[in-house]
Amino acid sequence: MAVVEVRNLVKEFDSRLGRRRWRRAGGTAVRAIDGVSLATTEGEYLVLLGPSGCGKTTLLRTIAGLEQPTEGDVLIDGEVVTGLPPRARRVAMVFQSYALYPHKTVQGNIVFPLRAAGMPAEERNQRALWAAELLGIAHLLQRRPRQLSGGERQRVALARALVRQPQAFLLDEPLSNLDAKLRASARDELKRFQGEVGTTTVYVTHDQVEAMGLGDRIAVMSEGTVRQVGPPVEVYDDPADTFVATFIGSPPMNLVRRDGTLVGFRPEHLLPTGALNADDRTELSLSVDRIEYLSGDRHVYGTVTGIGEATRVVARLPATVDTPITAGTGHPFAVARSRLRYFDAATGLRRDAANGSSRDAATGSSRDGEAG
Amino acid sequence: MAIREAPPAATDPAATAAGRTTRSTRRSLADRDGALAWIFLLPSVVYILALVAVPFFLAIGFALSDVTAGDASYDYVGLDNFRAIFDDPVFWRSLGNTLLFTGVSMVLIVVLGKVLANILVADFRGKWVVRFLVLLPWTTPATLAAVSWLWLLDSIYSPIDWVLRQLGFLGPEQNMYWLGEPGLAMGSVIAVHVWRLTPLAAVIITAGLVAIPKDLDEAARVDGAGFWRRMFEVTIPMTLPVIAVSALFGAIFTFTDMAVVDVLTNGGPNNATQVLTSWAFLRGIDGGDVGQGAAIALFLFPLLLAAAIAILRSVRRMEF
Amino acid sequence: MASRTEALRRRYARRRVGGRIGVYAAAVLAAFLCAMPFLWSLITTFKQNRDLYNPRNNPFLYNRPATPDHLLYLFDRTAFGAFVWNTLWVGLIVVAITLLLALPAAYALARLDRPWASWFGVAIFLVYLVPPSLLFLSLSRMVVLIGLQDSTWSLVLVYPTITIPVSVWLLIGFLKAIPRDIEEQAMVDGYSRVGAFWRAVAPLVGPGIVAVIVFAFTLTASESIYALAFVSPTGEKVVSTGVPTELIRGDVFFWQSLQAATVLVALPIAALFNLFLDRFVTGFTMGAVKG
Repeated sequence: MAVVEVRNLVKEFDSRLGRRRWRRAGGTAVRAIDGVSLATTEGEYLVLLGPSGCGKTTLLRTIAGLEQPTEGDVLIDGEVVTGLPPRARRVAMVFQSYALYPHKTVQGNIVFPLRAAGMPAEERNQRALWAAELLGIAHLLQRRPRQLSGGERQRVALARALVRQPQAFLLDEPLSNLDAKLRASARDELKRFQGEVGTTTVYVTHDQVEAMGLGDRIAVMSEGTVRQVGPPVEVYDDPADTFVATFIGSPPMNLVRRDGTLVGFRPEHLLPTGALNADDRTELSLSVDRIEYLSGDRHVYGTVTGIGEATRVVARLPATVDTPITAGTGHPFAVARSRLRYFDAATGLRRDAANGSSRDAATGSSRDGEAG
Repeated sequence: MAIREAPPAATDPAATAAGRTTRSTRRSLADRDGALAWIFLLPSVVYILALVAVPFFLAIGFALSDVTAGDASYDYVGLDNFRAIFDDPVFWRSLGNTLLFTGVSMVLIVVLGKVLANILVADFRGKWVVRFLVLLPWTTPATLAAVSWLWLLDSIYSPIDWVLRQLGFLGPEQNMYWLGEPGLAMGSVIAVHVWRLTPLAAVIITAGLVAIPKDLDEAARVDGAGFWRRMFEVTIPMTLPVIAVSALFGAIFTFTDMAVVDVLTNGGPNNATQVLTSWAFLRGIDGGDVGQGAAIALFLFPLLLAAAIAILRSVRRMEF
Repeated sequence: MASRTEALRRRYARRRVGGRIGVYAAAVLAAFLCAMPFLWSLITTFKQNRDLYNPRNNPFLYNRPATPDHLLYLFDRTAFGAFVWNTLWVGLIVVAITLLLALPAAYALARLDRPWASWFGVAIFLVYLVPPSLLFLSLSRMVVLIGLQDSTWSLVLVYPTITIPVSVWLLIGFLKAIPRDIEEQAMVDGYSRVGAFWRAVAPLVGPGIVAVIVFAFTLTASESIYALAFVSPTGEKVVSTGVPTELIRGDVFFWQSLQAATVLVALPIAALFNLFLDRFVTGFTMGAVKG
């Protein structure tokens, strides 16, 4: 159980492939991580969420020691481990492909790290058995990876990570190779598992549903920086910028432009006027294009006016709101005023409409007096 | 097309289904998989039958005859030739040498090839130059390479001896007789074989190294395995099939070689480095006794075949 | 507590540097061991006789001024030019024949799923095991029969037996690496099997073909048994047999010219091979493990 921290981390990749003899004019370096400072709490389940290429996997690998940062430090349990190879950091990693040793049995796979650590045979096998039982794969110990299903392989990878009792688990999209059906139950098991074991976990994914379901806190990343860190509720209700606002939530937050400000509201908060309390709402007019019926909700697509420029938006009406809506006509809609979020149109950063202060993305506090 | 269609093996439903086009109900030749397969293979098969199978059986025929360069008439003599060569101690020496050289070379080639392969996949400046230099032994025609070594191992002027003299290992005017002393001569032949074939083995093994998923090596690193453990428990087991293939090629090229022995020692001193190939050439062409030459050379094939089958079998068993 | 990791970090930093140095050292050593004979051959080429035939002289330096005489000798007074020319055209024609026969064969075995395909593949490889040192006796008789005795054309006829089996094996590997979808797409688009092969697959396997070309050429240029057995007239010889026989007359070795010949032949082939090494390596993986 330890705190994992990165300070002012920068990772640049040379865009020249290897060391070719012919140099590309003005060799540009790619900044996969561009100044990230982040710290977990003890035993926390921290999710790194973002689209592909945002740097989350690179960040994870840097924490593991598979990449060396260009600048900045990695700290585990308060000690600076930058420059130490992975095996000196006492962390365990589960890869997207699980990376099981195909020529070893499941047991061989699980005890491998223990053998590397020089543990005597009896103790090793006991530990392996304990880990296997915890994950429900004790009956598979003598099989080889190619004889296992995807879910079983994932559990072997977890057992192998668990068995070392590491300071932290680092998981790189371990659910993305599973069938969609399996994913939901695997997610549930994973959360329970981590709760039981209590090890600090850093988890990478591009799937926001997974992130919201698993994380104690979510760090939303884009283009090498962390846009916001916070518990799921906060990231959802209080996005720090337009990126977070539109990345999280399906369908994404509606954004309407109004004089250099973007007014945002989530689809589930855009309701027919009648459904909202009269003294707390901003009224607008929705000209409806089409309606989709999805799992009991109605998704209403249309163009909104009255709150800013005319913009295409989505409204998500739950089954309990049964106001008749027809495509091709205009309807009065409204949003509760407390649900409106304001963003600077130029920078995308969030600001409260009243005093114009901007929110500090990384730490979630707000700074007063700075221009938005 | 003027080619007459070879009849397909059987009316193969798979072939019919795959070849159907919508343009005409009668399938053109270019679509019938069964026939196509045969046509594609026929030229190679015919060629190889004519120029490998036929000579092979001819060689067996020669081995059982008394054909010589002077007397080209064919008279069946049964196993006389074999009796003659079995009585000849040089034959047994050649056989032993062939096995010895091949065995020792193979081991060295595989080990050094593996090390060289590891160097070739590492990343460092000047890699292209190193690769080029390292390929030279293999890409040079064997006879020419052997000629270079002939001078390097000369009994008077050898530069190696000169260096040894400078370092004090040899007295002034003293030489090693690399090719003159039986033991050293054998060692020299093996050394040249290893020098020539290690690059080839390295290239083949590089293929295997490159095929290992990067994940596995990284997982091993995170799991705490150091360099040697990763090498012996992850890398080598996963490249074993490829290592076996490189061993096979090493064996083939050493076993069937004639150029190196011929140029370096010509089988000497006193047949100390004679191998089956050079001995067969000596008896068959220089000596003019085609029958005996063929008999000697015939021993090459079954031995090589046995080794190859053994290696290929174990490669298949290694698939996981 | 912080100093513990400090010490650890320093240790690992040192190890990393040590590792780098180790790799460079190993690379330099390997390059040296492999290339040393050629380096030395290069120096020897320009040595005067009196310099060379003196065991006390440093073989790596020019104790007397360098001379191009021996190099010129190679070109003026021996048939070296003819040898190289022969090797070249024989090589090219043999490679062409090889591709013509091996490519369709490899395609048939790799793609057209005949049940006997894997057996065939193994059989082809086994053919490769029948060594020239066994066949040369009977083949020389056959060559005489056909009337090609002492002609370089005999080599053109026979060399493909060496190159075709290995080329088929390699090409199968390259072809298997190309997904079937591509051909199937072309066939759906209206091409026949053959047409699909030409338009869709052949361009993709191009690099593989080049690798096979280089490898086959190397094999051809290096072959000496058949060349020795079939061809005696000087003008018809190839480099691998011509150079040793022409420049070694009885006990007299024209060492400098010999070394010159070696270097002149070795360097271009190695450079060519190096260019296509990566593709070659790919083909071997496929052929070896899945063949």
